[in-house]
Amino acid sequence: MNPNLLFDFTVNKENKTIHVKREFNAELKLVWKAWTTAEILDQWWGPAPWRAETKLMDFRPGGYWLYAMVSPEGEKHWSRLNYLNIETEKSFTSKDGFSDENGVMNPDFPQNMWENQFIDQKEKTLVSMVLRFDSLEDLETIIAMGFKEGFTAGMNQLDVVLENLKS
Amino acid sequence: MKRDIFQAIADPTRRAILTLIALHAMTPNALAEHFDMSRQAVSKHLRVLQESELIKAEQQGREIYYQLEIEKMKEIDKWLEQFRKIWEKRFDQLDQYLSQVQKQNNEK
Repeated sequence: MNPNLLFDFTVNKENKTIHVKREFNAELKLVWKAWTTAEILDQWWGPAPWRAETKLMDFRPGGYWLYAMVSPEGEKHWSRLNYLNIETEKSFTSKDGFSDENGVMNPDFPQNMWENQFIDQKEKTLVSMVLRFDSLEDLETIIAMGFKEGFTAGMNQLDVVLENLKS
Repeated sequence: MKRDIFQAIADPTRRAILTLIALHAMTPNALAEHFDMSRQAVSKHLRVLQESELIKAEQQGREIYYQLEIEKMKEIDKWLEQFRKIWEKRFDQLDQYLSQVQKQNNEK
């Protein structure tokens, strides 16, 4: 991670919110595009070794993004993110949850509310996100569902090695 | 009965109890002195905490002492840390994408 870019992650257990702030070394227009365009989301949304694969993207209020998180073994977990409000190049709010491949929401899993703000800082862009959930246990379910295997220290190191081989 | 730990820590009195016994094990009576409520009410909170396995009771002579289950408290932080790592990873990948695009644009 670039040490010159702000990364702030705070958990408020009492209010059941998580605040994430992150700076990106690019202008607002490009950062906004990266968060709202399927072809670009597919390149970064899946935390390695998982990858995201979009089936449908309809970025407008009332529209949704249907995608799968694909494991290295090819196992797919479908998610659907519903867009609620959009203010172009400023903010969008969304609600996400697990679904099937047709975008039918799975009622057994919690849905989370996201508020994303994009703040212009000339050459840099600050993205500020607030995640609200009904209980901390909800979040635990989400983590247990798809990402448990991918985040061991070993995997992270492997990624670094692969990256070095590529360059 | 096993309870949701997050329901347990959602209550301010129970959080205060956890803070108190984090310092040292305490009897229900000693704990009750810190709160403006009946001993029964304090006992009820202790029961919720015990059912969620955040604290455990230990008999010492004629008294019962409550103490913190440190491992259980660590669990909460452990998975929040995982969640943080997911985002760290995503953002690093987005950084890579952004720098690639900018490089391509500059070469044009």
